[in-house]
Amino acid sequence: MLKHILKRLGLLIPTLFGVVTLVFFMIALAPGDPARVMLGERANAAQIEQIRQELGLDKPLIQQYGLYLSRVVRLDLGESITSGQKIKDEISERFPATIELAIWAMLFASIVGIILGVTSARKRNSWVDYTTMGGALVGVSMPVFWLGLVLIMIFSVWLDLLPTGGRMNVRYYFEPITNFYIIDGMILWITEGTPKYLVSAFQHLILPTIALGTIPLAIIARTTRSSMLEVLQQDYIKTARSAGIRERRVVYRYALRNALLPVVTVIGLQFGLLLSGAILTETVFSWPGIGKWIYVAIGARDYPAVQGGIIFISTFFVLINLVVDILYSVINPRIRMQ
Amino acid sequence: MKRTGLLIVTVLLAMALVLAGCSKAEEPAAQAAPAEKTETAAAEPAAPVVDDKMGGVLVFGRSGDSVGLDPGRETDGESFYGSTAVFDTLVEFVPGQTAVKPALATSWEVSDDGLEYTFSLRKGVTFHDGTPFNAEAVVFSFERQFIEDHPYYAQGPWKYWGYMDMDNIVDSVVAVDDYTVKFMLKKVEAPFIANLAMDFASIVSPTAVEKYGDDFKNNPVGTGAFKFVSWAKDSQIVFERNDAYWDGPVYLDRLILKVIPDATSRWLALQKGEVDLIDFPSTEDIAAMKADPDVQVIQQAGLNVGYLALNTQKKPFDNKLVRQAMNYAIDNQAIIDGVYGEAGQVAKNPLPPTMWSYNDDIEAYEYSPEKAAALLAEAGYPDGFDMELWAMPVARPYNPNARKIAEIMQDQLKKVNINAEIVSYEWGTYLDKTDQGEHQAAMLGWTGDNGDPDNFLWVLLSEPAAIPPAGNIAMWKNAEFTELCSQAKQTADQDVRDRLYREAQEVFHEEAPWVPIAHSVVTIPAKNYVNDFVIYPTGKRVFKHVWLQD
Repeated sequence: MLKHILKRLGLLIPTLFGVVTLVFFMIALAPGDPARVMLGERANAAQIEQIRQELGLDKPLIQQYGLYLSRVVRLDLGESITSGQKIKDEISERFPATIELAIWAMLFASIVGIILGVTSARKRNSWVDYTTMGGALVGVSMPVFWLGLVLIMIFSVWLDLLPTGGRMNVRYYFEPITNFYIIDGMILWITEGTPKYLVSAFQHLILPTIALGTIPLAIIARTTRSSMLEVLQQDYIKTARSAGIRERRVVYRYALRNALLPVVTVIGLQFGLLLSGAILTETVFSWPGIGKWIYVAIGARDYPAVQGGIIFISTFFVLINLVVDILYSVINPRIRMQ
Repeated sequence: MKRTGLLIVTVLLAMALVLAGCSKAEEPAAQAAPAEKTETAAAEPAAPVVDDKMGGVLVFGRSGDSVGLDPGRETDGESFYGSTAVFDTLVEFVPGQTAVKPALATSWEVSDDGLEYTFSLRKGVTFHDGTPFNAEAVVFSFERQFIEDHPYYAQGPWKYWGYMDMDNIVDSVVAVDDYTVKFMLKKVEAPFIANLAMDFASIVSPTAVEKYGDDFKNNPVGTGAFKFVSWAKDSQIVFERNDAYWDGPVYLDRLILKVIPDATSRWLALQKGEVDLIDFPSTEDIAAMKADPDVQVIQQAGLNVGYLALNTQKKPFDNKLVRQAMNYAIDNQAIIDGVYGEAGQVAKNPLPPTMWSYNDDIEAYEYSPEKAAALLAEAGYPDGFDMELWAMPVARPYNPNARKIAEIMQDQLKKVNINAEIVSYEWGTYLDKTDQGEHQAAMLGWTGDNGDPDNFLWVLLSEPAAIPPAGNIAMWKNAEFTELCSQAKQTADQDVRDRLYREAQEVFHEEAPWVPIAHSVVTIPAKNYVNDFVIYPTGKRVFKHVWLQD
């Protein structure tokens, strides 16, 4: 088992090297001199030269690449052009917000997705099945940005039930403790005796969770359904049924456990992809996480920040995959045997 | 499968960047704003005199977060939104105008040779940390930006100081006594006084800078209407009233700047009442905002101009008659209607209408294909000609869609037998090529920053600016115009300057090096209960005298 993990960890290195190289060259080859574009109409020759030096653009491309690689190896992602702060710090400041949203979205997508998937499989070809799978098709093809705005329009503006964006009512002058607002809300409930922070944090989470979770939900529901259908055909299920075990128990105790294996992989993959969906969701819902930060960096042509952001997200994605792999072998002993 | 997923993530993100490099529309960075409320959807019917304006919390929904709150260090408009609340300047813009008036300085004198500016400072003002405002603080605030061995010069050069060319203007700043400060200049530069009203020239508390060092940008201490309270990155900055404000009373208990990056989300938040006032609405929503009975739409022409520059060094635009013909042949109103919508106003001068010295007596070239054809015939082009019409590939604050404008112009020009071929390059290349004067006719524009006419006329149209890399991309070399602007730079007498710039605009109109297109309009939608909010042409967002009706 340990050997398996070590081998997977070893494979990370070439993968990440590829990512860094790809990101570096795609940005280096993006059209236009970044210095010229950043300064726009008001540029003079001296200012362009200054920015080119700051960005290291005055050096040959291969040398820039070498420098960049050597810095990344030392975990130094450089400094943001707009803020002058270390990109590492910028990311760690914002990552809790993204993770909080991603976890809730994933919980939502997994729980609802699995329930819908199982129900469809059990009631195959019934109206329940058709509605769920039809809904899943719509869900998977829904543009996140549009969905977010529609949710705000309906639930915030028309029905006046939920806030339009942000993480907390600004008039509470809330000072974060852990930066995971649900946890902070619980702490403050204990220390200050009022649940209002927790309630507000929760209310602010609902719509972005739905917006971000809809696509993974649809994919998880579909995967669960097809996996369930396959498992329900197996001989041991027939055996269990003929032994007179209650259907509910057959489905949830015997079939679901085995059907979940491919679903776990899909959930892992979706979790990684969620981070890119977060760019749009965070922007619509003014959610102060990494996605919104990258969106702003792209608009400001803050090249080091964009590079750093992409490398961070890619690394995170690779690590999630590793965790999924390991989890998979925990759930499925057959993998460990190989 | 897994590696494919990773590849997809990486490629998608990188693609987003590449696309942005090609065509991303920028938020207007240091966008200029306008001068008077021109539109108030719900006209307050004989607004009852409210005795108690005091109190309330105002939330301003804006498009991006501040980078830092040290006004000397930062360069972006969003940072200045925050620092404007905390800091004051020696002189300040008259609300809604580009003229300057006393602020922390109560008066100033200019020596006869124009090289010494002596400011008398306001007495009895204290910084939020309790330390006194005096000449020493003024000297400190400026010296840290340009004296290289100043202990707080660290990480220089200071960018905005450089942008405004202050190194070539200011020689030294000296405290004459506790409440008198003298600026010694390297050259005569009348627009200098307008620079002092800009955010980078804010007066900071020396004690606080010494205390916080590099972290001053997160703990700003000034003399302004609001004290800094807290800042949650990318979410909100909170300020509270400075009860001891010298230009008080300040009515709001608290001011919150809340970040909502998406324009539609901002509008939804305003409708719901989560914010009271929003920045940069999308143009398509403005009509709906005007129709909303709870919302007032405050608008003003911005401190910018979008234009079509005619290269006066190339045929056929070396001929004044042809340039005038172009002005008659292009229908600006059609361009406003087709492209700018509610967010634009027709331009007739190179200066925006909120700028002092704007010459409103000049009569715009009307749309008249007949006059254009006659002029073309007189110039020796009775059958028209072929030309290249350059359009930039990106949306700019002064021009939301240059290519669409080019198509409208193309149609209009066809009516006088001018065949325009639309040409576009990637943005960086476009700027480089127009700098060098490679075009025949090219669209471009400008957003002003210090509210001085010099910042438009000298930078965009003078002879020195026609030397590549040129700000004057019409490559227009007119001795009379340049002389007028040069004289205006040399005198501190406001009336004389005003007259000189008005004359310069007449020369511009006659010689027609550009077809001025439009000024984009700054729009601030607000709830009806927000009172006395005024748009500042220089792009500041000022809340010190804003109050809320219960």
